[in-house]
Amino acid sequence: MIVYLLCFILFLTGLYGVITRRNLVKIAISLSIMEFSCFLFFALIGYVEGGVAPIVDPDDPVKLYVDPLPQAMVLTAIVIGLATTAMLMAVIIRLYRKYGTFDIREIRTLRG
Amino acid sequence: MNPLIPLYVAVPLAGAFLIMIIGRFIRHFNKYFASLILLFLVIISFLSIFSAGDNISVYKVGGWEPANRIPIGIYMVLDSFTAIVLCIVNLIGFLSVVYSISYISRYTSEDYYYALFCVMAGGMNGVVLSGDLFNIFVFLELSAISSYALVAFGVEKNELEATFKYQVLGGLASFLILFGIAFIYWKAKTLNIADIRMVFSSGYDKSYYFLVQLLLLSGFGLKAAIIPFHAWLPDAHSYAPSPISAMLSGVLIKAVGIYVIIRLFFNLFAISEGMAVLITTLGTLSMVIGVFLAIGQWDLKRLLAYHSISQMGYVVMSVGIGMILVARGIRYEVAALAITGGVFHLINHAAFKGLLFLNAGAIEYSTGTRDLMEMGGLAKSMPVTSATSFVASLSISGIPPFNGFFSKLIIIVAAVMARFYLLAALAGVVSIITLASFMKFQRYAFYNKDPDKKKDLIKEVPFPMLFSMIVLSIICLLLSLLALPGIREAVLTPITDILMDPSRYSSQITGI
Repeated sequence: MIVYLLCFILFLTGLYGVITRRNLVKIAISLSIMEFSCFLFFALIGYVEGGVAPIVDPDDPVKLYVDPLPQAMVLTAIVIGLATTAMLMAVIIRLYRKYGTFDIREIRTLRG
Repeated sequence: MNPLIPLYVAVPLAGAFLIMIIGRFIRHFNKYFASLILLFLVIISFLSIFSAGDNISVYKVGGWEPANRIPIGIYMVLDSFTAIVLCIVNLIGFLSVVYSISYISRYTSEDYYYALFCVMAGGMNGVVLSGDLFNIFVFLELSAISSYALVAFGVEKNELEATFKYQVLGGLASFLILFGIAFIYWKAKTLNIADIRMVFSSGYDKSYYFLVQLLLLSGFGLKAAIIPFHAWLPDAHSYAPSPISAMLSGVLIKAVGIYVIIRLFFNLFAISEGMAVLITTLGTLSMVIGVFLAIGQWDLKRLLAYHSISQMGYVVMSVGIGMILVARGIRYEVAALAITGGVFHLINHAAFKGLLFLNAGAIEYSTGTRDLMEMGGLAKSMPVTSATSFVASLSISGIPPFNGFFSKLIIIVAAVMARFYLLAALAGVVSIITLASFMKFQRYAFYNKDPDKKKDLIKEVPFPMLFSMIVLSIICLLLSLLALPGIREAVLTPITDILMDPSRYSSQITGI
């Protein structure tokens, strides 16, 4: 149980960062932390106590395997996460060129 | 097995690659090819409406048949609700691409624009067609990432700031959805929506279920911009290029937000009354607060964006009323009426909000401003834009004989019949405020005196833009035909049937 709780705390750490940080890059990093807590959670739910890697062994049909599907999903999600992070970074670089700062307090033209 | 189903996703994705490769060598290839792709999608989605009817067709990707009656492949499902959402996605997409032919020629790197547009359309089709939770997430990210890029297409200060906000909140929504999916997989050990329904119907833990529902509701609610989650929408929708605003407001928030919420809460979860009341409350809040935020706006596209929140509130509220009645297990015919009204308004909103954003784009194209104060007297110099936007304004404010009137009428009648008199009254009041705010738009943009006397310089927009606007205004009129008894039974009733009979949905898909 404690690992799931730690995973949730990691998520909240990321959320705290997104809400309180003023630096655009730090917000992006916090988002990545949240993202990886999701991935960690996925990997955890596929874990089976005493399981081994899911390569079927014909000699030993009752062997206990971990669930391979969450691992496949995590891989897909990591690729998607890479794309979103790259996109976010590209926008941050463009913002820096326009405003000359990473401080979110100075990048506030949109209101209301 | 319907062999057309994978084409909705495969054709636009393949088209995006071809545009990037061949577009380098042949000029003007991009715009015509993109229009052709979307036209093809429109044709096959209209075909699917006629073939869908009452039956559900399933496509198993890769031909993975169920093993021991447990579905293992990725399922793509086409039923009547899917078919109608596919129709609006591809139709608005096609008209926006045609509109872009002249609108986007002001920007550089058009190849990227059309390629991203195709990816976004393919992603939305994927979300709508998918019968698998994780697949919904993948396609949702596909359409979201391309829409982040398209919102920032102008790469000026405001566009970048809007897209940054959109990305941070969109990313948050994705993680919430991913957590929800993980929680469901943990207990159900399957990802197929129909199969999850089967597993959960044999018993579940109430509080666990509630947590999962909350996670998914807040995730997809963020994508759909229901009121506590709406902060990104006005910025992103108002700073995107206008055809993209039409896509985002017209179909993206519906296809990846409202559609998935409706699909999950009817066909995946057993409806609980607490959740139904929560959804109705959120819908009512968006409906009321959205319109009050809209009425003070002087930036035309921002005004339209806030109205999107308000109109989506109608849809969510109406569907929520249906859910409450279903959860109580009483008066199924009223519940069916409420759900019909909600889905009908969803279709109508795509038509008139798409048209309004195209009008706003046309005004911006000709006058170079979005500020209502600086416009005025455009009715003479831009007659077609003026006429079509008049049609759209009357539609959104619910004046007969336009489509908005009929869907709002059904929603209000359903609310009264379900004895939610307060909600019915609020829906009427919000409709009147909407009318007021669109009269303001009409008056300041088209009929007031021109403040700068620069009227002679302003010309009507080129033909492709006019074409899209005229077609959409005709659609606004034609959609009101859906309220007629004969047509309503053919198009809208199968949708409510499929939503209100989840056991039929899951048994037809899993084949048990």
